[in-house]
Amino acid sequence: MEIDKKLYTLKYSPDDNSHLHPKMEDCRLCEGKPCTYICPAKVYEWDKDRQELIVNFENCLECGACRIACEKKSLDWEYPKGTKGVTFKKG
Amino acid sequence: MLKRENKTDVIVVGAGPAGISCAITLARAGREVVLIERGMFAGAKNMFGGAIYTNAVKEIFPNFEQEAPLERRNIEHNFAILGEADSTTITYRKNNDSSYSVIRGKFDRWMAQQAQKEGVYLVTETVVRELIKEKNKVIGVKTELEEFYADIVILADGVNSLLAKQIGLRKEIETKDVALSVKEVIKLNKETINQRFNLKDGEGAIIEIFGGSMLGMLGLGFMYTNTDSVTIGLGITLNELVENNYRPFELLERLKQHPSIANLIEGGELGEYSAHMIPEGGYHKIPKLCDNGVMVIGDAAMLVNNLHWEGTNLAMISGKLAGETAIEAIDKKDFSKKSLSLYEKKLKDSFIMKDMHTYRDLMNIAHTRKKAFFSYYFKKINAFFEMFTTSDGTPKKENYHKFIKSVFTDRKLSELFKDIWAIFKLLWSILIWK
Repeated sequence: MEIDKKLYTLKYSPDDNSHLHPKMEDCRLCEGKPCTYICPAKVYEWDKDRQELIVNFENCLECGACRIACEKKSLDWEYPKGTKGVTFKKG
Repeated sequence: MLKRENKTDVIVVGAGPAGISCAITLARAGREVVLIERGMFAGAKNMFGGAIYTNAVKEIFPNFEQEAPLERRNIEHNFAILGEADSTTITYRKNNDSSYSVIRGKFDRWMAQQAQKEGVYLVTETVVRELIKEKNKVIGVKTELEEFYADIVILADGVNSLLAKQIGLRKEIETKDVALSVKEVIKLNKETINQRFNLKDGEGAIIEIFGGSMLGMLGLGFMYTNTDSVTIGLGITLNELVENNYRPFELLERLKQHPSIANLIEGGELGEYSAHMIPEGGYHKIPKLCDNGVMVIGDAAMLVNNLHWEGTNLAMISGKLAGETAIEAIDKKDFSKKSLSLYEKKLKDSFIMKDMHTYRDLMNIAHTRKKAFFSYYFKKINAFFEMFTTSDGTPKKENYHKFIKSVFTDRKLSELFKDIWAIFKLLWSILIWK
């Protein structure tokens, strides 16, 4: 099953602004880019052409794994606002 | 309501099992307590494998078996060792009531409602952004909207505990100290679940899954039965994902397709997907548990006994002990680190720190011998049963000899001795050394 279909089962109230702030200049130098595969919601994608990290923050499950896995510790990670983000009904 | 504006006896951050147990302990003793939760309701941001332990829940909610929203009473534990396409399972079955499967969105919410009934002031949809300190003592919290003050702030803000980190109670967490867990709740009707898992209404089964898509990695799968859904998930140490370039949900997909698992969930519809981290650093990675005006409980304090799949029970009892400590501190009007260190003493005297200490070397040894214990021996166990159950005309003695020979020739002999030494060291640390 595709990850998009899995995420479709979740209730989200996305914020207008991202709660995930990678330092893009560090991302360009990062070799492993672990955030692009360890994330359980595929929030991060590397755009080769633009040399930029695409952050689909509205899909975030707020687990925090990317913050810990970030090789360069270059991810400014905070919880979304109290009224925003994901809601698990069957966690 | 609060007597003074924005000032209370105790603020508890996080309405999970630890925070709720702590807050209700304080409220029952007549103390003013504000419980702050960032989710829309208690449980909205929480996820776990699936079972709560009767003994611990009863300490906080004596009548929960009659009142709480429970799914099924677990009467069967299965330990399934999955090879590439085969499996060996050990089943322990007893009609007991030591654990129940629950859904956190319902169960945590129920617990929080009980806490409110007993006088806890619950504030939801509110994120505590930082702790306020004055003269080296925590005196309150800063949310998005306002500041709240308290004599004591208790951190039950979960595995990420940004607040414990902010005030220097712990260092940055490393990838080998947490597991990332992904799970799916798959809808199936009650009768189908009863039939597939050999259960009656209200009875539940647990499957702990070793190997499979996680062969050779420090990770475990799990299945739990709910009333009309089945939970399947896995938890894998984060460094495994980083080093092997794995996507967690792809490992879960592969686990679901294993021939020993696929039949159990066939025809089910995905109800909800979720992810959460599990603190697995163990005893050596427990943060400082208290400081002036502050204590840390539950996942935020790394209190998880991963070998026995225990977490919520450690959370609830640590919450209770911190609550009791806070009550004494309020009576003495002494909120210093020294006064609150009573919490550490209580933890040490309880099963919590004793169990954490018993397994203090487990994760280190598991990390160093994972290829052996999480791959080689699983394959050997399955190979043994394949040999034992196959009738292909080969004389049995030849089969035995071939199998025994393989144990000594498949790997360097030194590996075998390293395994024996690791097991000896581990058993020594668990059973004998204090």
